[in-house]
Amino acid sequence: MAVRRPAKNQPQSFEWTPENKAWCETQIKKFPESRQASAVIPLLWRGQKQEGWISIPMMEAIAEQLGMPYIRVYEVVTFYTMFNMAPVGEFFVQLCGTTPCMLRGSNELREVCKRVIGPESSVSDDGKFSWLEVECLGACCNAPMAQISTSESDHYYEDLTPENFEQLLADLRAGKEVKAGTQNPKRHTSDPEGENTTLTDPSLYDGSAAKPLDVIPNSQPAPAE
Amino acid sequence: MLEDKDRIFTNLYGLHDWRLEAAKKRGAWNGTADLIRMGHDWIIQQVKDSGLRGRGGAGFPTGLKWSFMPKEIGERPHYLVVNADESEPGTCKDREMMRHDPHLFIEGCLIASYAMKAHACYIYIRGEYIDERNNLQAAIDEAYEVGLLGKNAAGSGWDFDCYVSHGAGAYICGEETALLESLEGKKGQPRLKPPFPAGAGLYGCPTTVNNVESIAVVPTILRRGADWFTKFGRDNNHGTKVFCISGHVERPCNVEEAMSIPLKTLINTHCGGVIGGWDNLKAIIPGGSSVPCLPQDICDDILMDFDALRDAKSGLGTAAVIVMDKSTDIVKAIARISYFYKHESCGQCTPCREGTGWMWRVLERMAIGDSTTEEIDKLLDVAGQVEGHTICALGDAAAWPVQGLIRHFRPEIEERINIYRNDRPHVAVGAVAAE
Repeated sequence: MAVRRPAKNQPQSFEWTPENKAWCETQIKKFPESRQASAVIPLLWRGQKQEGWISIPMMEAIAEQLGMPYIRVYEVVTFYTMFNMAPVGEFFVQLCGTTPCMLRGSNELREVCKRVIGPESSVSDDGKFSWLEVECLGACCNAPMAQISTSESDHYYEDLTPENFEQLLADLRAGKEVKAGTQNPKRHTSDPEGENTTLTDPSLYDGSAAKPLDVIPNSQPAPAE
Repeated sequence: MLEDKDRIFTNLYGLHDWRLEAAKKRGAWNGTADLIRMGHDWIIQQVKDSGLRGRGGAGFPTGLKWSFMPKEIGERPHYLVVNADESEPGTCKDREMMRHDPHLFIEGCLIASYAMKAHACYIYIRGEYIDERNNLQAAIDEAYEVGLLGKNAAGSGWDFDCYVSHGAGAYICGEETALLESLEGKKGQPRLKPPFPAGAGLYGCPTTVNNVESIAVVPTILRRGADWFTKFGRDNNHGTKVFCISGHVERPCNVEEAMSIPLKTLINTHCGGVIGGWDNLKAIIPGGSSVPCLPQDICDDILMDFDALRDAKSGLGTAAVIVMDKSTDIVKAIARISYFYKHESCGQCTPCREGTGWMWRVLERMAIGDSTTEEIDKLLDVAGQVEGHTICALGDAAAWPVQGLIRHFRPEIEERINIYRNDRPHVAVGAVAAE
């Protein structure tokens, strides 16, 4: 558990963009009538993508939209760690520090963050970056890794080294295109580096698996009505 | 060794297109309506006969779990909820299935929902998997467009809707009742059981919560037969399984293999071996961060299945193998896991809320030797007080790595304490072990 509080400086108001307002409706519709509170996390996330962080007016607006008491929305925001309760950098770097990443060098990446960006959880002077050490992001076969969020995307960057990570941050700062996913040129995704040991049989991909089933295995006696 | 022709996830690495047409060519959605026409009971019996045990960590027999749902739909609708909140450190398999083989998974959602008489399924995916969520949603949209989902889904006669929702960064939401709370729009704190979800789950309705892999393997099991699945693995541990091997191996990777594969074969065949060779192995965590670690001598011939690892006082968990070579500071590595549990405790139960932080602080000190040998026993005692005394298994998951560390590496901790004390004329240890 961690203490999470709203930022001191809050905006006066919050309003959805028309596109996001329409999107909210598609989310609310996923849930049964009177269960629209189920959409609170997706809506808050969309709000965060729109504004960069979650303000008190946003929580109030979403509470009203979903017919929830404000305090229930506040409770959700403070519970879930992906909700930023204060502004973050244009590029928000979430560095995984849990054991599988630690074993493969995330401590060295943390030093890169400190050197290139600055202290944890503070936005760099140019507003470009802020960083945070987070818990396991679930890409352990491509450790160490970081998720870098912008208003547009939230890609994973994997198989990092201090060198390629520093280069990546420099490229982002310079506005260059960067490749998401693994930064190891000998890997595609979570396959082993170099030659793959599995999934090399071409007959898996020639359409033979799509041949209609002659008979369903264990289908005797005849199907029950 | 498993052959390619027996692998279920043929696009595990995303080397091929994940979209509908390509997925169909690889066998997804093949004969789905025919399988469904075999009936609810037939499907559940096939899953039972296949010996499939839940792939999310606990290893509960999937078919049996499905049979706990009410036989007929009463006043309340039935739900299938898929747990895609993959957050167990070391685990990164569901991610690959959802972004690279989403159609196999969605087809599984339809078949499983039909078997349990659910007309709706919610897939709860962890908040951080945003690209994965987008792929999955796009695949669902494709399926709706061609009638594989919706009214008379896939021509089966069953109406079925499949929805994606998501979390926002809380490990605890991988616990099934916390997940349901979160899906209802609340903070993710586990519920007391009973009632179990099959009686009162999502919105108080009969619900089954299954892991992504448990669901995604079902269509292939039905197409190829339960007896095909039981060919792999030892009795009570059948099937194929995606292993996630991370840490100190030459080539970390995900790989689908037969259950009960020897750990050493798994690592040497697919991962290029331990860095520095097998003799450079210090320990492995065989099933995600919550299971106790095993030292090298046990690793030499251990089989990767539920029962073998249980007998070795560890567990298969999610089959996330975290490998640590001799360069590893094992106390520090486990301390980092303890920090994880401290960070992720939902705070509902006192033993976990207080105990996880306590264990972490003590382990951080032990990592530098600033402790006493008596404190090792105190730590074990506290771990025992946490284990089994909380609503959900996060307390157990926090205690087990600590217990495993002390079980196998106690001399190393003691040595470190002795070295630390040797360097100092007097070491004061406060009455309170940690604050």
